[in-house]
Amino acid sequence: MLAFILRSLWRELASGELRVLLLGLIIGVGAFTSVALFNERVHQAMTHQAGELLAADLLVQSSSSLPEAWKQSALGMGLQLAETTSFRSMTLAGERLQMAEVKAVTRGYPLRGRLLVAETSGHSEQPRQTPPERGSVWLERQLLDRLGLKPGDDIQLGESRFRISGLIIEEPDRGGSLFSIAPRLMMNPLDLPATGLLTVGSRAEYRLLLAGDADALEVFRGWIKPRLQAGQRLLGPRDSRRELTSALERAERFLGLASLVSLLLAAVAIAMSANRYARRHLDNTALLRCLGASRQLITRIFTGQLLLLGLGGSLIGLLFGYLVQHLLAALLAGLFIQQLPPPTLQPLLLGLLIGLVTLIGFALPPLLALRNTPPLRVLRREMPLPRLSRLAIYGPALVVLTGLLAWQAADWQLTLLVSLGMLATLSLLTLVAWLMTRMLQRVSPSGGQPWRLGLANIARHPEVSIVQLVAVGLGMMVVLLLILIRTDLLDAWRATLPFEAPNHFLINVQADQLVPLEKFFRQKNHSIPVIYPMVRGRLHSLNGTPVDAESYSQPRAKQLIQREFNLSWMERMPTSNRLVSGHWWNRTDERGWSVEKGIARALGIQLGDRLAFEIAGQTVSALVTSLRTVAWDSFEVNFFVIAPPGQLDVTQASYITAFFLPPGEEAFLARLITHFSNITDIDVGALMQRVRSIIDRVILSVQFVSLFTLLAGLVVLLAAVQSSLDERIREAAILRTLGAMKGQIRTAIVTEFMVLGAIAGLLAALGATLIAALLADQLFGLSYQGNLWIWPVSLISGMLLMGASGVLGVRSVLQKPPLQQIL
Amino acid sequence: MSQQKRTESRPIVRAEDLSKQVSSPDGPLDILQGVNLDLQHSETLAVVGASGSGKSTLLGLLAGLDLPSRGRVELNGQNLNSLDEDGRARLRRELLGFVFQSFHLLPSLTALENVMVPLELVGHSDARILAEEWLQRVGLQPRRLHRPNQLSGGEQQRVAIARAFATSPQLLLADEPTGNLDQQTGRKVIDLLFELNREHRTTLILVTHDVALADQCSRRLELAEGRLLQVSGC
Repeated sequence: MLAFILRSLWRELASGELRVLLLGLIIGVGAFTSVALFNERVHQAMTHQAGELLAADLLVQSSSSLPEAWKQSALGMGLQLAETTSFRSMTLAGERLQMAEVKAVTRGYPLRGRLLVAETSGHSEQPRQTPPERGSVWLERQLLDRLGLKPGDDIQLGESRFRISGLIIEEPDRGGSLFSIAPRLMMNPLDLPATGLLTVGSRAEYRLLLAGDADALEVFRGWIKPRLQAGQRLLGPRDSRRELTSALERAERFLGLASLVSLLLAAVAIAMSANRYARRHLDNTALLRCLGASRQLITRIFTGQLLLLGLGGSLIGLLFGYLVQHLLAALLAGLFIQQLPPPTLQPLLLGLLIGLVTLIGFALPPLLALRNTPPLRVLRREMPLPRLSRLAIYGPALVVLTGLLAWQAADWQLTLLVSLGMLATLSLLTLVAWLMTRMLQRVSPSGGQPWRLGLANIARHPEVSIVQLVAVGLGMMVVLLLILIRTDLLDAWRATLPFEAPNHFLINVQADQLVPLEKFFRQKNHSIPVIYPMVRGRLHSLNGTPVDAESYSQPRAKQLIQREFNLSWMERMPTSNRLVSGHWWNRTDERGWSVEKGIARALGIQLGDRLAFEIAGQTVSALVTSLRTVAWDSFEVNFFVIAPPGQLDVTQASYITAFFLPPGEEAFLARLITHFSNITDIDVGALMQRVRSIIDRVILSVQFVSLFTLLAGLVVLLAAVQSSLDERIREAAILRTLGAMKGQIRTAIVTEFMVLGAIAGLLAALGATLIAALLADQLFGLSYQGNLWIWPVSLISGMLLMGASGVLGVRSVLQKPPLQQIL
Repeated sequence: MSQQKRTESRPIVRAEDLSKQVSSPDGPLDILQGVNLDLQHSETLAVVGASGSGKSTLLGLLAGLDLPSRGRVELNGQNLNSLDEDGRARLRRELLGFVFQSFHLLPSLTALENVMVPLELVGHSDARILAEEWLQRVGLQPRRLHRPNQLSGGEQQRVAIARAFATSPQLLLADEPTGNLDQQTGRKVIDLLFELNREHRTTLILVTHDVALADQCSRRLELAEGRLLQVSGC
C-alpha cells in the first residue's frame, strides 16, 4: 500500500501535477516559519534592549539591604550579579548646596546597556563596568554646573570629601524612574559607610541586578517570588517603563499581524490548487473505482499522498524559512546592539504542525470528495464531481488554523479580529463579485470585438470568475492592508512621538511662579507649554468601603494602592488621551473623576463608582464619570486620575509641565533653573531616543515581514490563474479551431483578466480601508485617516497583475498548434 | 456561368506530398507519408483506415491546425504554408466548419452561446437570431439554454453540427462524428449531417472507420500506416 502511494506520488510530482500545491505549501510554511523564527529573535532582542533600561535582565528592588543568601543563590544558578544602592542627598561645594541622586555601584554594573564615562584625565569617553576608585566620584554635568565645579575638584557628600574623577555621559537605567529628580552622583560602595548617610531607617533603594540565560533567570524568578516581602519587588524588562512596554506591545502586534496573514493567504492558494488537482483527477479516480478500488482505499491513497507531501513540503518550507530568517538576521544584525539571540526549536515545530494542518485541512476535502466519484464517469465524462458544502469542507480547517495562530501569536483578540475580518471580507467579496458578474451578463458579445467576448466571458463563467475575484481580491487586500499599516498606522504611531515631543519635565512649580514662568518662556521666544496643577492624594475608599493593600491580591494593585496618586484638574482632556466610556465634563461646576482605564481595571473601578481620595487630611469624594486611555509613549504630562476644575483645593497644588528643548539650547534651561531655583527639571531625552529607535526598528522589521506576505499574495494569484487554466487552454484551442486569431483570444482573455483585476483591486481597497480603520481603532488605539491613493493604485495594480498573469497563462495555448490540444 | 465553372474547376482542397514526422523515444516516426489529394466543391470524401493510420493527422493538416513536415496544403488556392497561424485561423473562420468525435463544445456556455461563438468571431451582427435558427434546424430550440453537461451525447453533437454550419462554411471537416454515439443516435446525426450538406452544397471530409458511413460519400480514401492505399469513387 505504502509502495503504491509512494509510486503514485512520485509520478504525480514528476508530471508536475502537484507543483503549485507544493509551492503553496513551501511558501506558506517558509513564510510562517521565517516570520515566527525571526519575530521571536527580534522579540527576544527587543526584550533584551528593554533590559538595558534596567541595566539587567531581571532585578530585585528593595527598601532594605538585600540578604546575602539571595546573592549566593543567584550565583549558584549561574547568573551574573551587580548591586546598586541609591538615595538622595545634599552635596556641598564651598557655599553651594545641591540635591543629588547618589548611586553606589559594584563591579559588573551595568550588566546590560552601557555606562559611558569621560575620565577627567585624558577626557576620552569609555564604557565602564567598574565603580569609581575609592575616594573619587563621577558626576553628571548638571551637578557640576550647578555647584560651579570642574573635573578634578572636590565635592562634599555627608561626612566625606571626594575627588571628581569623571563625567557621566550615558547611564543605561537613568531613565528607569521618572521621578529621579536630581542629577546623578556615582560612587564606590566601599566609601558608603564613611559618609554616614545610610543609617537604619534612611530612605534608600537597594537593587540586585541579574543577567544570564533565560532558563536560569526563570528558575531564579520562581525561587525568589515566594521570598519577597513588603517593600521588595521583582522587575523584568516589561516593568522597566510603561512607555517602552507600550512600544513593545505594539511591535508584537504589528509583527504578529504580518505573520498571521501570510499563512492564511498560503492556505487560500493551497485550497485553490487542491481543487484544480481534484478536478484533474476525476478520470483517474473513476478508473480506479472501475478497477475495483473501494471508497476506503481511495481515501487511504489520497490521505497517504497528502501526508507524505505535507511532511516533505513542510520540511522544505522549514529549511527555506530557516535560511531566509538567517538572511534577514544578517541584514538586520548591524541594527541591534547585541547579536540576535539564536533561533529556538519551537517555531520550527509549530511550522511543521501548521504545514500539515494547512495541507490536510485545505487540500484533503476536495480530494476526499473524489472518493465519491461515480465509476460511471469512465463512460460518461460529463458527470460532475460530487459536491460538499464549502463550510463543511473548510470550516474545521479554519477553526484549527485560527487556534494554532492564536496560540502562536498569543493574542486572541488580534487573531479573532483578523479571522473574523477575513471571513466578513470573504462574504463581502463573494457578494460583490456575484453582483458584478450578474451586471456583466448584460454585455452582449455581438459585433465580434474581442473585448466584448472577454467581458461576456466573465459572466459566462460566473463561478470561476467569483472564485478568482475573491482569491485575488483577498490576496491584494492583505498586501494593501500591510502597506496601509506600514505607512499609515506606523506613521500615526510615529506621530504620537513627534520629533518635538516634550523631552523635559518641570515639576514642583509653585502657584505664584506660573505667571513669571510663562513670561520667562515668552521672553526667550519659546512656545509656552501647558502647565497642569497637581495634588498628591491616597485612594481612601471605593463605594464607601475603605481600601488598603490587603484588599487586593494582584501585586500591581497593591503597589498602586500604597503610593500616592498625582491628581490633576483641567477643563479639556489632553490630546494624548481618549475617552473610552462615560463623558467628559462640559460644565466646570460638575463633580467627578476621570480614571485611566488600565488602573481602573487593576483596582476594580467601574464607571459610576464612588471614589474618595484623601488629600492633606481632607477627603474628596465623587463619582467616576469617565474612563480614558492614555498614550503613555506620547511623553506628554499624563495623569491616572483627573478632576473637573473646582473640585480639588487649589492651595494644595504644585504645578507640572513638559516642553521640548531643542538641541543646543541647554543655556536656556540653565538660566531657567537658576531663575527658578526650586523648580526641578527632569530630562527624558535619552529615554525618548531609545523608544524612538525601537519604533524605527520595528517599522523596518515589519517592512521585511511584509515581503513574505507579498510573496504569499503572488502565489494566490498564481493559483487563481492556474485554477481556470485547464479550461481556458481547452477553450482557446476550440476557439482557434473555429477560426479565432491569437490576437482575438489574447485580447479577450486580457480584457477578462484586467476587468477581473480591476474589480478585485477595488474590492481589495474597500476591504483594506475598512479593516485598517478597525485595526487602528480597536487594536492600536490610533485614529486612522483614510488614504485616497490606495484606490487608483489598487485598481491599476489589479488590472496589470491579472492582465499580465492572463497573458502568461495563455501563452502556452497560443504557441502550440491547436491540433495537439483538440484532436 | 463560365466564371462559376472556372472556380469550381479549381479544387477547394489540394494536398501535395503531404507528410508529417514526429519524434518518439525510438527515433523519428512517420505518421503521414506523401499523401496527394484534390477535392472539388460539393464533393464528399470519406477518409478510412485503422486506428493510428494517420486519419486525424491528415484532417488536422488539411484544416491548418498543424503544419506538415513536408509537402503543402492549398485551401481554395491559398497555400497554408505561406500563412502564419493567424492567417490560417482567418481562413478557417471564413471557409471551414468542424464536427469532432468528442463534440468539443465550450462547457461553460449554453447550447445557444456555443452556436453563437463562430458567428461572434466573424462579427456577425445577428449572431443570436442566426444561432436560434440553426438550433431550430437541428431540433434543439427547446434546449437552447442548456449547458453541454445537461445534454445527451446525441444532442451535443447536434449542437456541434449547428455550430459547424452556422457560418455557412464551404468545407466541413468531421472527425469520427458518430464515434461517441450509439448506433441509432449516430444514424440520426449522420442523416442530419448529410441533409444539411446537400442543402448547402458544402464540401465534406469525413474521417471514419465505419464502412457503411464511408459508402455514403462520393469518394473514399484509405490510409494505412500513414500512406494512401487507394482512392475509390470518381
